[in-house]
Amino acid sequence: MASYSYTPVPDRGASTGVLAYLVVAALVLLLMMIFGLLLRMEHAQFIEMGPLSFYKLMTVHGIGMVGIVGMAGAAIMWHFLSQYVSLSKGIMWLNLVLFLAGVLLILGGVFVGNFHGAWTFLHPLPSTSMGTWGTGAAAAFLGGLLIIGVGFLLLHLDIARAVIARYGGLGAALGWPQLFGPDDGNAPPPAVVASTMTTIVNLAGIVAGAVILIMMLVNLLFPGFAVDPLLAKALIYFFGHVFINSVIYMAVIAVYEILPRYTQRPWNSNKVFLASWTASTVMVLFIFPHHLLMDFAFPRWFLVMGHVIGYLNTFPILVVTGYGALMIVYRSGIRWDMCTRLLFISLLGWAAGAMPAFIDGTITVNYVMHNTLWVPGHFHTYLLLGMLSMVFGFMYYLGKPQQDTHDASIDVLAYWAYVIGTLGFTLSFLYGGKISAPRRYAVHLPEWLVPDRFAVFFAALLIAAVIVFLLRFFTRLGYMGQDRPRASLVYGASPV
Amino acid sequence: MQEAAWSYSLVLMTLIVAGFIYVAMHSRQRKTDYGPLVKRAYTWRARFFWLLVLVFFPVMIYNLFDLPYGPRAAQQGPATHTISAIGHMWYWELDKNEVKRGEPVDIHVTSADVNHGFGIYDPSMRLIAQTQAMPGYTNTIRHAFEEAGVYRVLCLEYCGLVHHNMMAEIQVNP
Repeated sequence: MASYSYTPVPDRGASTGVLAYLVVAALVLLLMMIFGLLLRMEHAQFIEMGPLSFYKLMTVHGIGMVGIVGMAGAAIMWHFLSQYVSLSKGIMWLNLVLFLAGVLLILGGVFVGNFHGAWTFLHPLPSTSMGTWGTGAAAAFLGGLLIIGVGFLLLHLDIARAVIARYGGLGAALGWPQLFGPDDGNAPPPAVVASTMTTIVNLAGIVAGAVILIMMLVNLLFPGFAVDPLLAKALIYFFGHVFINSVIYMAVIAVYEILPRYTQRPWNSNKVFLASWTASTVMVLFIFPHHLLMDFAFPRWFLVMGHVIGYLNTFPILVVTGYGALMIVYRSGIRWDMCTRLLFISLLGWAAGAMPAFIDGTITVNYVMHNTLWVPGHFHTYLLLGMLSMVFGFMYYLGKPQQDTHDASIDVLAYWAYVIGTLGFTLSFLYGGKISAPRRYAVHLPEWLVPDRFAVFFAALLIAAVIVFLLRFFTRLGYMGQDRPRASLVYGASPV
Repeated sequence: MQEAAWSYSLVLMTLIVAGFIYVAMHSRQRKTDYGPLVKRAYTWRARFFWLLVLVFFPVMIYNLFDLPYGPRAAQQGPATHTISAIGHMWYWELDKNEVKRGEPVDIHVTSADVNHGFGIYDPSMRLIAQTQAMPGYTNTIRHAFEEAGVYRVLCLEYCGLVHHNMMAEIQVNP
């Protein structure tokens, strides 16, 4: 049976590996955000970089953001999971080395070889560039991505190994004995359940991604080796959607682990929690057809599956994780600091971002909104206000000098700038979708410029806020490895 | 449809924001005994779950009766004309670009090279229909143009350097 009393857990400092992941993530994230700002400035006609530079930056921004949120999510997952199971530090470092090697190849392919086939690299675009890039550039991009995928594959294999060694199987680590049998109160903690879920989906997704990347690399070198474009697209979106979706399921571990320390209330792995995570495991694997709704050549059942799962997928987010955060905070006496503010708003960002997402996954809506700015509107909401708020909250948590340290005014100001900037920025995208502005256009028509110009203002605001967050992160790196309590005590509580 | 998507999104997002603001405003005063609060919250969660089921499921099912590749096409009756559309880097090849208002037209869309997206914009530049143009596959849009005027076709799948300039026109006569 679940207990409603909180049992304090030791607060460990971050390992050097986790900090290395976060440092790389922080630097690349800021660079990618600046690239994103330049893209929106080009849309708004505030600058003139030309289509070639635009599409190169768009390609790097897309793949860079996917990779870097993967690294940041992995850092959070590794930090907390390693407190329950024995993970390999060697594999963790190997993933970082492979990531950096892959990044170098991708940057070479784009900035030296002029590759600008977008992060979705739909076949046969990489091999059919009309002379705008060469085979070597495309191979560098695809090869770099493959190397990054291999790194994450090894990381997840190590997690699977450690979880199986500790709990006896992936099903047990998802809490199936307690879900399908009597709840003896011994289900694995939320961090383990979430890590197991992301490991299952990412192992499947990354293998699919590796298959299509190798097929396309062979096709590049031996054009006689034909690749079916429809199969390629399905594999790319299966891999891509699973990977980008999994990052928020990794990062939410910070919420599960940190909010209980601040509220001194437990976040239990009860039956509803376990059921929702098992359901999310299945749904994250099968929701990807909502990217393919305008490919009429797919079987009808396949497309309807994407439509239906799009609706069902909102349930665990709203009813379990979002509602759970509200429950644990409501009348808790929580002290609001930068960490708790960011973690709390992150669940709002995730839930709010899911709304335009499932609406776009409605086939009749998708018919008139697919590949418009509506799409980046919804995923920027859940990545910026959802996933990245979790990462920034985690950074503030690790770097908190004392339990009772008060935030500087500039941090609080940056928090509100981030919230307002993100909401304004993402609503500008969504409004662009409403007026049918296509995504991935280097040049916008005059009727699309108004939301573009608002987007630039809000993007600049949120980047200014991120600079404050990251400066605070870098200046507090020295505190992050220390084993000591960080969470402020609730109002009216005795010291633990 | 775009108006509806925008309005419903804003309403749902506002409701979520309201819920978070309510809880944040009621967070400072601690209720020490968490057990009774959890039990009450679980009761409300069950109600919330069933409310979502009651709202989302009918909407989800209702929208399956109007699929662009199924019943909607049949409801419009047999096509009186066809247009063959082939995407190239970076132009559209249409075998016909004039149709009559109100007459169902089958537009057969494919590609000669890479993936493109065949998006039809009405004279006010509102996206009214689309499908993917993929080499080796032909997707068919059945559409009856409701108003006379010049409709534009824009590429809606990224296809390289001149993607944003890959446009064509369809003249719809009264």
